[in-house]
Amino acid sequence: MAADPLSRVFSALADPTRRDMVARLAAGDASVNELAEPYDVTVQAVSKHLKVLEDAGLVSRSRQAQRRPVHLEAEVFDLMTKWIERYRRLAEERYRRLDDLLETLPDDIEPTPPQTGASR
Amino acid sequence: MTIQTHETEIVSDPDVPLVRITREFDAPPAKVFRAHTDPDLVVQWLGPRDHEMRIDHFDCRTGGSYRYLHLSGGNEYGFHGSFHEVRPAELIVQTFTFEGMPDGVALERIRFDDLGDGRTRLVSTSLVDSFADRDAFVASGMEDGIREGYERLDELLAA
Repeated sequence: MAADPLSRVFSALADPTRRDMVARLAAGDASVNELAEPYDVTVQAVSKHLKVLEDAGLVSRSRQAQRRPVHLEAEVFDLMTKWIERYRRLAEERYRRLDDLLETLPDDIEPTPPQTGASR
Repeated sequence: MTIQTHETEIVSDPDVPLVRITREFDAPPAKVFRAHTDPDLVVQWLGPRDHEMRIDHFDCRTGGSYRYLHLSGGNEYGFHGSFHEVRPAELIVQTFTFEGMPDGVALERIRFDDLGDGRTRLVSTSLVDSFADRDAFVASGMEDGIREGYERLDELLAA
């Protein structure tokens, strides 16, 4: 298990079944049995997946009700989405500078610079 | 996980520790390729906005290597790697290491797809050893924002 919180969130969501469960929980709380239904796996296997999501802070389980519904911690999920969005924006900034640079280059420029030795 | 705007698309692959960035440019592949291989041009766009980029060497040919520095607030961050395959206006395969984590290495593949009409689709993938490394890699682009992000996550998780 990765040590820091961000890595835990990312690794929890690296698994397609767990991503599916998160998508299901985005629509509303559900019991473990309800979550297990669409998959060809045991309730125990689903509980294991839930434990990973819970350790990452992505879901919580109520202690009160008998069926202990699973609840998606939407804020944590949103935060991770924002991280990726920020990474995307930095790439976009870089590529906008590249756009500007490309406009200044002649259309018939050679794809590689003249070789003048290994380093500068 | 995919976030799409009409410009840059990022995919964080669920099955392998890989990030894929896709972006189109209104310039032919030869031009976009030149901007990746000519150190005088690379220095004008590759570095982060608030850092000065200084190139130590940049020998973009099959079997060549590169090293550059980002300078920020008196700190120097070094990056280096090897060019494994360089095919003009088509492909660059290279390694990438941040010198602060010298055991880590990303395998990067930058493809220049000719879309015709003087347009290019750039598809850039970075493959690392583990999902934890990949996620650190995604987080590494975030500079000061990451600390704020961690603090917020700590707060959320503590609640």
